Amino acid sequence: MKKFFSVLFLVVLLLPAWAFADQVVNVLNWEDYIDEAVLAQFTEETGIKVNYMNFTTVEDMIVKVETSPGAYDLCFPSDYIIERMINKGMLAEINYDNIPNAAQTIPYLQNPAYDPQQKYSIPYLWGTVGILYNTKMVDEPVTSWSILWDAKYSKNVFMLDSIRDSMGITLKYLGYSMNTHDIPAIMAAKTKLIEQKQNGIVKAYQVDETKDKMANNEAALALMWSGDAQYAIDLNPDLAYAVPEEGSNVWVDAMVIPATAKNKENAEKLINFLCRPEIAKANCEYVRYACPNAGAMELMGEEYTSNPVQNAPEEVLAKCEFFNDIDSTFLSVYEAMWMEVKNTK
Amino acid sequence: MYNMTLPWWGWAMMLVGLAAFIGMLIISIRRNHGVKRSLFASPYILWMILFTVVPVILIAYYAFTDANGVFTLNNFRNFWDSNYESNKVIMEAMGELGAAYISRGTVNVDTLVYSLWMAFKCTVICLLLGYPAALFMADRNMKLGSTLVVLFIIPMWMNFLLRTIAWMSLLEDNGLINNFLRWLGFEGVQLMYNSEAVLLGMIYNFLPFMVFPIYTVINKMDYRLSEAAADLGCNSWKTLYKVVMPLSVPGVISGITMVFMPSVTTFFIPRMLGGGNTMMFGDLIESKFLVEGNWNVGSALSLIMMVLILISLSILRKADPNGEGGGIA
Repeated sequence: MKKFFSVLFLVVLLLPAWAFADQVVNVLNWEDYIDEAVLAQFTEETGIKVNYMNFTTVEDMIVKVETSPGAYDLCFPSDYIIERMINKGMLAEINYDNIPNAAQTIPYLQNPAYDPQQKYSIPYLWGTVGILYNTKMVDEPVTSWSILWDAKYSKNVFMLDSIRDSMGITLKYLGYSMNTHDIPAIMAAKTKLIEQKQNGIVKAYQVDETKDKMANNEAALALMWSGDAQYAIDLNPDLAYAVPEEGSNVWVDAMVIPATAKNKENAEKLINFLCRPEIAKANCEYVRYACPNAGAMELMGEEYTSNPVQNAPEEVLAKCEFFNDIDSTFLSVYEAMWMEVKNTK
Repeated sequence: MYNMTLPWWGWAMMLVGLAAFIGMLIISIRRNHGVKRSLFASPYILWMILFTVVPVILIAYYAFTDANGVFTLNNFRNFWDSNYESNKVIMEAMGELGAAYISRGTVNVDTLVYSLWMAFKCTVICLLLGYPAALFMADRNMKLGSTLVVLFIIPMWMNFLLRTIAWMSLLEDNGLINNFLRWLGFEGVQLMYNSEAVLLGMIYNFLPFMVFPIYTVINKMDYRLSEAAADLGCNSWKTLYKVVMPLSVPGVISGITMVFMPSVTTFFIPRMLGGGNTMMFGDLIESKFLVEGNWNVGSALSLIMMVLILISLSILRKADPNGEGGGIA
């Protein structure tokens, strides 16, 4: 039923595209995650029309790809979602002969744990999770997650309303892995987060609003993704970003081709295009996350490579870990504990 | 290019059906006498089947099945004990040791109670604010009455999401109100990120739904009844209390209904003005669908809410059996 309606909806949605274009590629990406001018350039160069569609959560994306086979040729999921999609057999192997520009990928991301030989995915953008803080309100150096529990900053901390991120950094703070399956560890993280809320330190749990509010001096500290942090720093030079010493999460959004894709070769052409240094540079400068493309990094030069927010130093990365995919049964423990935190008054 | 899942005869049937439907509609309009009047209702009936009946059936289907489509009542157990799934996982992973980490999760029940309480407060305050406003607007000696009605309507030209976001820029710590206070030399105060701000947002958004039904009823009321009461010795307070108020009950009932229903199901406002510190039932359902991707539990929660609303509607209906307040209840 779900499938039927999604397909019907899509068919209606995509009718114009189906009626007019002969060469197309159907792309499903995060919202506001590309410089759309490059898509026009791609169509101009190759004559292939790009049907560009958005998703807002990874759950949403997986459901879309599963329920409408053949509707998407290129998707941009995050690392642990790629792991899940590979295990479910949802992805097609990439033909590297069609993508010479893939060689531009920086060595750090060339052999990732979520896709060991990089058979299915090519990195698009990446980044870390850390603390965005206002140097006018925070005097001490930000080196530990403990600052998010410091009573000094009561009612002055924005947390992320995102289960894996908020639970993950708390686990890191307590010395556990972000991917732990250890029940006592998860319980300890829950208790810590409840303590943070009951002590009145959290001002709000939010996602998209944080970057603009931080730029507007609304709070002293915020748990934040590096790209959003860079966006806020661009607007307000008083802000700074740090990844605490206990370590954090490093993540990649990569380009993958669903096994059901109808226009695999067009998708590969688009991947190759997006891996071209000038294009990767344009997207990186638009979206503000870190660029996995060596050629683009060279083009952006000193300004990019010396910026620790975007180009995280090696010693920081050494302490960070990728998310592993936690299967949905076990994830219910994380979800239930996060709900208890949210429900605390 | 795309997989058309409907075969050609499926499309043909849909086209023929649609043509027949439109044809019948045209005939019924041209020769009203020969055709049953109920035919005029058919566009609405079709609309209702597609967008009300089918979705409700789907919600019920998801609420009583698990992820594999097998019948189960676990989604309702999940409502009562929000840790239901997680407790199972813990016991499986840890065996007897797990008992120390198990507890009944009260998240869903707590959130429902909190939402009902917030909706109750919102409705009462809207009534207290809205009734005098409606009386004022309907007053015959008031030249400004119709102007006030327009002023009440104008904000509703804008989408409620935008209006709520506008409240944010007023209430923020660096918002207009706090900047003004600081300019006057006072300390800033935290107005947002608490449940009072959420209540304010709800009242602001739902107040017109209380004012208009009451205004309509009072406006329609026979003015001579009040004059007769005055002739027979009632002072104006007594007229209000003995004549106007009893006659306006239907408007009050439909006002209460129209405020209470959207209040219980409120979402987005708690996230914007409350900073996500307190969840309401609408937010909970949203997160079940969009964050956890658990359509089954989400549907069960929606079903429970629908039943609660139906019950409260039938109680209200008792107070206005003839549906004089527009028959919403």
